[in-house]
This record gives sequence, C-alpha cells and structure tokens, in this order.
Amino acid sequence: MAEQQPDKGRRCMLVAASTVAGGVATAAAGVPFVASMFPSERAKAAGAPVEADISQLAPGERMTVEWRGKPVWIVRRTPEMLDTIKKNADKVSDPASKKDMQPKYATNEMRSIKPEYLVLVGICTHLGCSPVEKFQAQAEAFASDWKGGFYCPCHGSLFDLAGRVYKNKPAPDNLVVPPHKFLSEGKILIGEDASDKGAA
Amino acid sequence: MAATKKEPVNVNWAGPLNAPLGGLLTWVDQRFPLMSQWKEHLSEYYAPKNFNFWYYFGSLAMVVLVLQIVTGIFLVMHYKPSAAEAFASVEYIMRDVPGGWLIRYMHSTGASAFFIVIYLHMFRGLMYGSYRAPRELIWIFGMVIYLALMAEAFFGYLLPWGQMSFWGAQVIVNLFDALPIIGPDLSTWVRGDFVVSDATLNRFFAFHVIAIPLAILGLVSAHILALHEVGSNNPDGVEIKQNKNAQGIPVDGIPFFPYYVVKDALGVVVFAAVFCAILFFMPEMGGYFLEYNNFIPADPLKTPPHIAPVWYFTPYYSILRATTEDFMWVLRAGVVAYTLLILFTSRGCLSKLVAVMAGPVVLIAMGVIEAKVWGVVLMGVATLIFFLMPWLDKSPVKSIRYKGTLSRWALTIFVIVFLTLGFYGTQPVTVAGTIISQVGTLIYFAFFLLMPWYTQMEQTHPVPDRVTM
Amino acid sequence: MTRKIISVALLVCALVPSFAVGAGDHVKLDRAPVNLNNTESLQRGAALFVNYCLNCHSANYMRYNRLQDIGLSNKEILDNLVFSGGKVGDLMKNTMDAGEAKVWFGAQPPDLTVIARSRASEAGSGADWLYTYLRTFYRDASRPTGWNNTTFPNVGMPHALWELQGEQVLKAGQMQADGYTASVEKPVLAKPGKLSALEYDRAVGDLVNYLVYMGEPAAKSRKTIGLIVMGFLFLLIPLIYALKVNFWKDIH
Repeated sequence: MAEQQPDKGRRCMLVAASTVAGGVATAAAGVPFVASMFPSERAKAAGAPVEADISQLAPGERMTVEWRGKPVWIVRRTPEMLDTIKKNADKVSDPASKKDMQPKYATNEMRSIKPEYLVLVGICTHLGCSPVEKFQAQAEAFASDWKGGFYCPCHGSLFDLAGRVYKNKPAPDNLVVPPHKFLSEGKILIGEDASDKGAA
Repeated sequence: MAATKKEPVNVNWAGPLNAPLGGLLTWVDQRFPLMSQWKEHLSEYYAPKNFNFWYYFGSLAMVVLVLQIVTGIFLVMHYKPSAAEAFASVEYIMRDVPGGWLIRYMHSTGASAFFIVIYLHMFRGLMYGSYRAPRELIWIFGMVIYLALMAEAFFGYLLPWGQMSFWGAQVIVNLFDALPIIGPDLSTWVRGDFVVSDATLNRFFAFHVIAIPLAILGLVSAHILALHEVGSNNPDGVEIKQNKNAQGIPVDGIPFFPYYVVKDALGVVVFAAVFCAILFFMPEMGGYFLEYNNFIPADPLKTPPHIAPVWYFTPYYSILRATTEDFMWVLRAGVVAYTLLILFTSRGCLSKLVAVMAGPVVLIAMGVIEAKVWGVVLMGVATLIFFLMPWLDKSPVKSIRYKGTLSRWALTIFVIVFLTLGFYGTQPVTVAGTIISQVGTLIYFAFFLLMPWYTQMEQTHPVPDRVTM
Repeated sequence: MTRKIISVALLVCALVPSFAVGAGDHVKLDRAPVNLNNTESLQRGAALFVNYCLNCHSANYMRYNRLQDIGLSNKEILDNLVFSGGKVGDLMKNTMDAGEAKVWFGAQPPDLTVIARSRASEAGSGADWLYTYLRTFYRDASRPTGWNNTTFPNVGMPHALWELQGEQVLKAGQMQADGYTASVEKPVLAKPGKLSALEYDRAVGDLVNYLVYMGEPAAKSRKTIGLIVMGFLFLLIPLIYALKVNFWKDIH
C-alpha cells in the first residue's frame, strides 16, 4: 500500500510538527493536574502566620506554638546558655550557619534576631522527628560532657542551644529558623517577617 | 533459560538511534509479545478503507474514558465522600484547589460527552448493521459497557450531594421498591439506610471510583479483542476479509497504523475543540450538564419543585413515567396483538410455542401486578432490548445503504422518538407530554419487536462486492 | 439516506426546545446588569454583601482573601470586610447561631456562596432572579416579618435592604405581555429610603454582580484560558488535517 512518496520530506515535517504540537497540548493539559497537588487555599490559610505571646516566658524556658502543623519552639536563653553556645563552635558541624537554614536576620552566632529569644522549627533535619529538650548541662547517656541542647530520640542527633547540629550525627543540617518578627516587646509573629517574604 | 528467539526489531526511522533503540526493543520483544501485539492491533490490523464520519466515535469514546479516569483520580484526591462534607468539598475543589475547577469541569462535561459519543457510536452500529453475525459479541460487550456506563453515571451523580443528586438517587433507588415481595427490603439494602444517607454515599463512591471503572476497562478490552478477532464492519456492510490479495491482506483494508491513527487524531482534535468550547464557555450547558438545583446542598426534608434525571437518562425516564394505569390497557392490547402476529405469520414452530406460552403469562402478570412495577420493567426492557438486535434484524443485508424503505423509515422514526422521549423526560409532567411519551414508548418497542417482519418484507438493494469510497 | 436522518434529527432538536418555552410559567424577571469586569461594582457589591447579608447568611465556601480577584489588597480586605478578630484567609462564615436562626426565620437562612448558580431557571439566570427578588419586597402585615415578596411569595426573609430602598406596598396595575393585558398587583414605593429608586437599583445590581462573581470566582480566568486553548486548537486542527490528508494520499 505504501508506495514511494514524492513528498516524503513534507510527511516527515508534518509528523514532527504534529508530534511536537501534540506534546505541547499534552503538557499543557497536565498543568492543572500537577497544580492541583500543591497546597490549596485552605492549606495556605491554615498555614497563615501565628502570633505567640512571649511576655510570660521565663528565662531558660521553652514554649511551643503550632505553625503549618509543625511545632515551633521559642526558647528564652539565659546568659549562661548563650555562653555555652559561644564555647561550642568546634563541636558543631556548621558553627557559622553557612547553610541556608535560617532567614538572613538570624544568620549570626546565636541564630536569632534578639540573642535572648531563639525561634526554631522543632523538626529534626534528619528524618522529621521532633527532638526533645535537654537543657541541663550534665552527663547524659548520649554524651558524658553534655552542655545542654536538644536530643532527637529517633536516631540520636544532637543540637546545641542555637539549634546547631553536632558533628558526626545523622542529621545533616542545623534546625530551621522560621521567618518571624517581633510585633512588640512581648509578641512574636511566626511565619512572616519584616520583608513579608515568609508569608505564603 | 534463554529468551525467546525472535527477529531483531528494526527502527530505521529513528536514524542514528536505530542501533540502541532497536536493541532495547529486541530485548523487550524476546520477553514480552511487543511486536506481535503491535502488529496484531495496529500496524497489521486491516480496517476497511471506507470509514466515514460515524466511525470517529469509537476512538473518541476511548479518549473520553481516559479523560474521565484521569480527572476522576485527581478529583478523588480532594473529594470527601461523606454526607457532611461532600458538597463543601466539591466547592473546595472549585475554589481552593489550584486548577481544581478545570479538572472538575472536565469531569462533569466529560460525563455528558461520554454519553453523546456512545449514543452516536451505537447509532452507527444500528445504521450499518455492526451487530450482525459475526459481530454479535462485539455488540453484546458494547451493550454491557453502555449499561455499566449508566450505572457509573448514576453512582457518580450522587457524589456532589446536591439536591438533584439526593432526590435523583432517592427516586431511582425507590424503583426497586416496586418489585413484588422483596422490593422494600431490597431498596433499603441498596441504600444501607432508610433514606439516601451517608452510608449510601459511601457505597456509591466505592462503586463509582473503583468497581464499575474496573468492569468498564475489562469490558472495553473484550469489546476491542472481539472486534480485532472478526474485523471491523463498514458503511457498506461488506466483509473485506472475503476479498484478499496474494499476501492474504484484504484488498479493501488498510493498516490501522498509521492511516486510522492519523484520521482518528483529526477526530480527537476536532472533538477537543467542541469539548473545550463547552467546558470553558458554557460548563453548565444551560442546566443540562450541571443542573441548577444541584448547587443547593442535599436536603432530605425538601424535594425541589421539578426533578429530572440528567439528560442521558431521560428517554428511559419518559418510558417509566408513561406507564400509567390507563396505558396498561394499551400494553395489554399490544401483547395480544404481538402474540397473534407471531402465531399467524411466524414460520418457526418454536417461536409459536413460546408466543402461546409467554403471551398469556405476561397478560396475567399485567392483571396482577400494578402499573408502577411495569413502568420499571418497561424501562429496564427498553435498555436490555438492544441486546437482541443481532437476532431481530433478519434483513439479507447489513447496511442501511442497501436495506429497503421500511428499515430506513423505522430507524429514522426511532431516532426521532428517542430524542422526543429524551426531551419530555426533562420536562415536568403535562397531559400532552404524557400522551406523546406513551405513543413514543409504543413506537420505541415496535421498532425492535416488529423488526423481524419489516426487515424481511422490504425490497433490499444489491450489495457491491467491494467497498465504495 | 444518512444525510436525511441527520437533517430530520437536527430539525427535531431545533423544534423541541421551542415547545418547552411555550410550556413554561410566565415569571417575568428583570435582566440583572452583570459585568464581572467592573471591579468597582464588584467591590461595592462585596461591601453590601458583608454589611447586609452576612449577618444572617453565610458564604461558607468563599475565603475573604479570594477578594483579591476583584482588585482589593489583603490589607483592604482585612480592614474593611473581615469582622474584627478574623483572618484574611477565613471563610465567610456568619456569627449567627443556626438554631436561633431557625427560630427567627422558620428555617436556617441558606448559604449564599453559590446562590446565583442555583437560582437559574428557564425564566432567566440566577442573577436575574436575585435582581428581581431583591427589588420586589413589600409591606405585608399578615406575615410574621411584616414583609412579603412578589418574586418569592411568603418568603421567610425580611427585607434586609429596606433602609436603602424604603417601603413598598402592593398596588393593582396593568401588565402587558405577549400581546395580552392582565391586571396584576405589583409593589410600588410608598415610603422612600436612603437611596433613590435609581440608586437602589444600582446598589442591588452591584450586590447581584458580586453574588454572581462569588458563585464561580474562577469564571473570568476560565474564559481567558478558554480563549487561549481554543486559539491553540484552531491552529492544531489544520495541522492534523494536513497530516491526515498527506497520509491518506496513499489510499486509492
């Protein structure tokens, strides 16, 4: 049936053009399906910034608020705690917070806007467990010279009081500092910062 | 164990990729019937070369099936099958899910498009005798697909949990109530509750998203396997396999790939244009594709003033409503007349025997059982009677092109009656509408039941040896 | 033959709906001035909706921040439309207790998110119905609320916009339609409200415009995307047609 075509070039071109156009059409038709799997407006609304009242938070204590379904810790650090952080630089893997685990305004030694207040997403950067607080500097089963910080019960990752991960632990990165800003002396807004970038 | 020895696959068209691609395909082919399947169903499946407009709808039905499955999967990701949340979750899809409105409109428009395509596909079969030997099984599989599709649409229509969803399901499930003895228990069992409720919604959801789609996929495979076993019919009703060349290839056949693939691709893009025009500019289609009342959440305490099924069910709904007490007398007369017709004109001894036995039984049953039941029975028979087409059509020719005047008029009138019944099924009950529906019901059944007579009585035209282009 | 069947079928399709129109009720609805591109009208409508409707009704599927569609910023929405203490991503819920509402109105006031879609009928679009309905309230001492409506007789809802429209009463009058004259009672303004008749019609038009927008916020992008898709398909059709013709040159 298929005899020699005088216009073989034209056929070839038409097949190529149709294939490309069909591919474009299929890809375009795929857009809404891919898009539909991203967070919906409801998820975004539920993930809206949350306010935390820190006026009652005592020095050396931690409070937890929920933001986007995750625990966010606010720790009010004592001067002694800040001291241990300074001495800890050689034990943690990223002391200067070079990796992008925090907003610019928290890229400093204490990983915070005000040294006193640490804000962290309480999810281990290894596989997503929530570490527990071990603020007391004392001998622990996991470290005899423990200076205080966080311990992840799942796979034993350790973090110091600035959320920096210890060397040779499963977790690759420091704990995440979420976008946040001080609304007033006693109020923090989590999920949104001065540049309004964190707000989804 | 060594892989099956087969000819290396040659992909000359791939140019420099011939060696690696060909090698890969050869490797696969030695472990999986790749090339033999490709040849059997595409490159060496010979279809008649004279397919016309009506032959687009088979492949289009396949396209719509895929569309419904894909959009359905993504809708299920966001939909909540619970009476408390279903309506809200549909509006959530329409507003909060990125691109959700588009997927939902594709699915709702696709449902109606499916029926349009299937009805045109069935009409093609009726016109060209595609149900005649040796294609009876293709027709039967197709009819089972049609029934499964109606079930699929019915179950799916409850899911948005609007007023029409609720009351439509309520009315249809209550049809089972009409059945003698087991009726009331059966309808309660179907609902899983005393009214249409959360339990009903959950089971309808299960049927809609998994049970029926699985069945449809299996049936579609069977439909196509049966088709490729005996070969496609064509507008002339000529068997192309009876006229083969030296290589054993039908002289009037052309390979499905590439010729019908490119032709069907044209059908698909034209269909896509029509589909998108509706989808993007009139997704409600004037209340026929998305009924206005279905934007009101289901309220078990308040029936909307006018409920009608979605348009694709309305021909049968008209038949249901047409069956009144008075109309039963007409039906009784019809049964008597039909029994006598068989007795006096049938040549077969068996059919006479069946008529003599069945006729009185049906008559007695009509006296004993109330009209409501017969409405349901007639509605059921109206869908099932299509199954008998291969044996009702006794014409010596297949295609309407060579049948006589009677067959042509019968089919024309049948189509008009089908559309008319469909239209009156969407309307509130009126005296005129009921009478027209009753006349329509009689003609509907006469088309099928009288077919053995009128297809034999008429003068047919000579069928050519080869297909005509 | 095929052609004959098609033409007859088309003829039937064309004729049948014309019967339908003849059979319908003679509800005469005014045409609502709907224009989804008029963001000012939509914004005025949104304000009316929040101030007058949202006290008793809800719009449970609509989020406040979606109003960015009609040209409002999150801050404007939060300051002007969201009740105090609410968030901009909240749904437009109302504060009324459902049980209480049932006692007051005999039924829970319906959610209004998709009201404009659900009120469509053969008589006209949902917008037309709403536009007519909101302008045909009249004083009726026999009703528990003191109000009645010619578009929705014995409605449970009082006239929420009466401050704006004023009070209407039923007056006998003549109506001319389809070549016959009938005497009907229609509402006529008896006591003016804050707005003139023209201003009130415009305000109701804005409100209905908003309700139409809220019924399907994606409607505008739907049409925009539709035009692009149709444009692409109309380029694709000739291409595939050329492909088909090229291949089918082989077939004799």
